[in-house]
Amino acid sequence: MSAPLLSVEGITVDLPTPRGPLRAVDGVDLTLAPGSTLGIVGESGCGKTMLSRAVLQLLPKRAKLGGRIMFAGRDLVTLQPEELRRLRGPELAVVFQDPMTSLNPVLTIGTQIVETLQAHLGMDTVTAMRRGVELLAAVGIPAPEQRLRQYPHQLSGGMRQRVAIAIALSCEPKLLIADEPTTALDVTVQAQILDLLAREQQRRHMAMILITHDLGVVAGRTDEVAVMYAGRVVERAPTPKLFTRMRMPYTEALLAAIPKLDSPPHTPLPAIAGRPPDQTRPLKGCSFEPRCRYADDHCRSAKPPLADPERAGGLFACWHPL
Amino acid sequence: MTAPLLSVRNLVVEYPVAGKTLSAVADVSLEVGKGETLGLVGESGCGKSTLGRAVLQLRRPTAGKVVFDGTELTGLAAEKMRLMRRRLQLIFQDPIASLNPRRTIGDIVAEPLIIAGVSDKAERDRRVREVLTAVGLDADLVSGRLPHEFSGGQCQRVCIARALILEPELVICDEPVSALDVSIRAQILNLLEDMKRRYGLTLLFIAHDLAVVKAVSDRIAVMYLGKLCEVGPTEKLFAQPAHPYTALLLDAIPVPDPSVKPATNLSVGEPPSPLAPPSGCRFRTRCPRADAVCAEVVPSLREIADGQFAACHHPLV
Repeated sequence: MSAPLLSVEGITVDLPTPRGPLRAVDGVDLTLAPGSTLGIVGESGCGKTMLSRAVLQLLPKRAKLGGRIMFAGRDLVTLQPEELRRLRGPELAVVFQDPMTSLNPVLTIGTQIVETLQAHLGMDTVTAMRRGVELLAAVGIPAPEQRLRQYPHQLSGGMRQRVAIAIALSCEPKLLIADEPTTALDVTVQAQILDLLAREQQRRHMAMILITHDLGVVAGRTDEVAVMYAGRVVERAPTPKLFTRMRMPYTEALLAAIPKLDSPPHTPLPAIAGRPPDQTRPLKGCSFEPRCRYADDHCRSAKPPLADPERAGGLFACWHPL
Repeated sequence: MTAPLLSVRNLVVEYPVAGKTLSAVADVSLEVGKGETLGLVGESGCGKSTLGRAVLQLRRPTAGKVVFDGTELTGLAAEKMRLMRRRLQLIFQDPIASLNPRRTIGDIVAEPLIIAGVSDKAERDRRVREVLTAVGLDADLVSGRLPHEFSGGQCQRVCIARALILEPELVICDEPVSALDVSIRAQILNLLEDMKRRYGLTLLFIAHDLAVVKAVSDRIAVMYLGKLCEVGPTEKLFAQPAHPYTALLLDAIPVPDPSVKPATNLSVGEPPSPLAPPSGCRFRTRCPRADAVCAEVVPSLREIADGQFAACHHPLV
């Protein structure tokens, strides 16, 4: 593997709550090579969004961050706000879940694109407008000149997400973080947006972190997948390997819960019983133990490390791998 | 099919929008048999939610009929409709937003009983406890608490309990699981199936995700820009979609298997504005099979195979 573009070491994020500190991210290590795609999968509250916010240095003010985040040779945690600002856009960009709230409702699409290009690349207005048209065309928006004059509410959800992607791509970032980019969209539009991201990523040789709760979304579109549960990465492997041989019972359960197209109607779904643990009250053993059908006394008393004991090329955190 | 409990005939629902008329539902007819689950699928803005609301007369239809168990709801006086609503219930997409944040779970679930005139408090408490237990909640633990103390999945259980407490016959589920995580989604789908058996329900299940709809439906109706494209038994529709739009929806489902390459070049674009629907077949602007006929003649829903109907000039089967 080439030198990593992003290397996250021992990240912890603590959020203050009335019930005491909540450990949203609990010691995560990740590396990402230039141009590669990492899928981060997990349920709501598993820490996947907080982890990405940590990388972007966009954590809530009261959050406490620990660990190191090395990006293109710099530790993002120690950077000054001004240095960070210069990094966002040309190096690091993000696409959020809800394109309505991530675009400014009172500014035209054109203003928002031009603003980005002027702030980060120092373009003059005319050049920026011309570039804006090219960008909108590149993300598949018909009649881009007219769209530049429109406001976000005049566009459909799918079109808005295309605009958000166009803005994110406008400064040719080295890393794009897409946080549930298609969860708010229809299935057909979801497929189009995922295709668009994959195409632009390859064309620009850009690295991407794709965050989702749906294993179906990462299956065909990532090089590597990290599955998160209760703030930790519980399994991480190259995508084909993960799907052919998953080791962590949680990953198996997550996959089984997706309705299968080839099973007949009214087939009961193997749902994961219960819900994720209260992260203000960390468990002594494995976090998934209360919901796991393979759990025993050992799982209750000792936390399994994320490791590759069989040197098979995939990491998992389980005492009783599948 | 068993005798229809719900029959929708030539339903039209229009909204005035900026001086123009938007036909959210444009001449739709369908039937739901007693004890059956009909899945209604389509993209945002296709009119599926409006159709659900029009059945309950929450939005009065512009034209057409809604007949429930022999009674025509469209002409029913408000008071009579209010009584009728005890037999028809609705579950919404956003479980947290559809619960009053200032009232306890116990009060929320008991309210339909109060409205229905069950004055005996002990009787109400007994029924609240029974229905909360049925949806998998511990009545002692949850009754006194407020909605914000619960997760989305648990709030959806509360919504289901509230919908079921008057023991309705027909429940319209409008995207009941789209706001939920994959794992919680499976729990709620299983719960709806259990409740259907236990309470002998008939369901109209509205969703945009064909995989979810398949898991619970006996028959599926596919809707596009206010019109039905295809109606048929679930297995048949999946094995052999007749309408190109159904095929498109099927291809768009992400498959959790990396050896299956995601379908690319799915019919490009998005649905046109319902304010200015295309002439002829409304899907023709995105359809790979469209020709001159499709631009001129509105295709009518016709039987393609046993029980499978499609509105297409060039069906795939």
